Amino acid sequence: MNDDPPRTERTRLAVAGARATTEAVISGQPRKDVIKNTVFAALLLVAILIALAGLAALLIQAFVKGRPELSLDLFTESGSSDPTIAGFRQAILGSLMLIGGVIVLVVPLGVGAAIYLEEYGSREKWWNRLIELNIQNLAAVPSIIYGILGLGFIVRGPLDLGFTVFAGSITLALLVLPIVIIAAREAIRAVPPSIREGALALGATKWQTIRRQVLPASISGIATGVILAVSRAFGETAPLLLVGAATFVTFDPQFFSGDYTALPVQIFQYATRPQDEFRILSAAGIIVLLVILLAMNSFAIWLRNRYEQKW
Amino acid sequence: MERMTDEQRHAEQAAAHESAAQRGLSQAIAVDAERPKKDLSREKVFELKDVSVRYDGKPAVKEITFDVFKHNITALIGPSGCGKSTLIRCFNRMNDLIPSATVEGEILYHGQDLYGPNVDPVQARKLIGMVFQKPNPFPKSIYHNIAFGPRTLGMKGNMDEIVEKALRGAALWDEVKDRLGDNAYGMSGGQQQRLCIARCIAVEPDVILMDEPCSALDPISTGKIEDLMFELKDEFSIVIVTHNMQQAARVSDMTAFLIVELDADEQNRWGRIVEYDDTEKIFTNPSDPRTEDYVTGKVG
Repeated sequence: MNDDPPRTERTRLAVAGARATTEAVISGQPRKDVIKNTVFAALLLVAILIALAGLAALLIQAFVKGRPELSLDLFTESGSSDPTIAGFRQAILGSLMLIGGVIVLVVPLGVGAAIYLEEYGSREKWWNRLIELNIQNLAAVPSIIYGILGLGFIVRGPLDLGFTVFAGSITLALLVLPIVIIAAREAIRAVPPSIREGALALGATKWQTIRRQVLPASISGIATGVILAVSRAFGETAPLLLVGAATFVTFDPQFFSGDYTALPVQIFQYATRPQDEFRILSAAGIIVLLVILLAMNSFAIWLRNRYEQKW
Repeated sequence: MERMTDEQRHAEQAAAHESAAQRGLSQAIAVDAERPKKDLSREKVFELKDVSVRYDGKPAVKEITFDVFKHNITALIGPSGCGKSTLIRCFNRMNDLIPSATVEGEILYHGQDLYGPNVDPVQARKLIGMVFQKPNPFPKSIYHNIAFGPRTLGMKGNMDEIVEKALRGAALWDEVKDRLGDNAYGMSGGQQQRLCIARCIAVEPDVILMDEPCSALDPISTGKIEDLMFELKDEFSIVIVTHNMQQAARVSDMTAFLIVELDADEQNRWGRIVEYDDTEKIFTNPSDPRTEDYVTGKVG
């Protein structure tokens, strides 16, 4: 500043004037705008608070109500008409078997479909665009529709598997398949084309490139999608009611035969009974379900952050 | 007063800059001349005859004809948009990956039609490797970046030795020998690019194509890669695309100069070859005035 040439009175005046004008333009926000901004921000905050309040109310209510019944016995005791000894053993086993079947079915189908759409299916072709559009649509179909499909085609009809865990797994797998396909496509698309070019330029075939570069690079993203999809299947109730999980069972389920039940279905059953003790039990079951779901989702998030590739 | 000196300084700087650029260019050529020149091979690796490439029917390069010689470094230079990268991607059939691209004309590789019906592009790419503009190591360890190619191609031999040989060949071994298990993404950009070169030579190709390999690198890394190219040309034939004329002057034996042409209504633009000759001739005594304007910096 010391090097500035000396200013004349006229320049000083001009500078002061310019400064004042600029200040007037940028600093004086109209009072009306200030109020509008504040009101709008407050409305957005209220929207978030309503959502959070719902979740908090659910958790607190379930916890307060279910607390007396909350113990490890819940996992080991069988379903019973006597609330003092009733637990969720069969329901938890049934749910685990169901999602085990879902994983086995949905991973090869979902990843395979995603590889086809991303790597082989040219978007120029109308049938590929049609497939894509319909996968988006399928993801939005209500789950009860899948229940009816499962009842008509899997439990009875062409496949005729009966009311078994296997039939339930297929139904749930169909339900979450679009989610897995969409997530896996996203993960595969995140691998930059330069990686594929690098492998192809070395003389690798297209399949070698996919198998040894693209899939390993996208595996954590795919796994994240699969876990999130499976946790959705875990909490599903409506389609299971239709494909036979509603039965009251007191023995451990089998995969290919016999009756079974699932955790959300059992919770629903206990909740509809007249005795207060069963309501408490049902609240305890809700806590178990929520803990398992939160654990699965947290694992998915951890997996994503841990293995996320920065390109 | 001060403003005056400022202006003077600017003028001086500009003059100095200009002469430095000129000096740099003449120095580059001088260095090239000092280097013991071998009798350059005239054995043809590629023969291009009237090669044109179209994307969706629109020409990207038109009627390119020249030969690439064995154990030479052949540089493709020209302004941006002249189709240098499009052209180099014809040499290993990378354009096949773009559905809308069509290649017309004839490219002979050791006398055989590279686009002939019996040629499998995958087999061709085993012999004609490529290094890309942006380093693209695989998201794996340094070791597995090198081992991927030989393993995929089912090459016989001790993998540790293959990896060491390739890394030594790319002048990278001493820098990474203690951390072969580290992820390649932890390396510097220059190291990543030399890793990509090592990956390429690990499969023992015949030709290495380099598509602006130094455009994302700093001058020191660029120098290392240029030194590396001199060593590699004893074993391989190299084709390099570069927009850096000094680089072409420094490293290459032969230079092809391409320009952009426009059609009458300026809707379409494509590249066309102007001149192809010894690098020294292109940079000191070009036969086409357009080449001279470009290499002396009058245009482009």
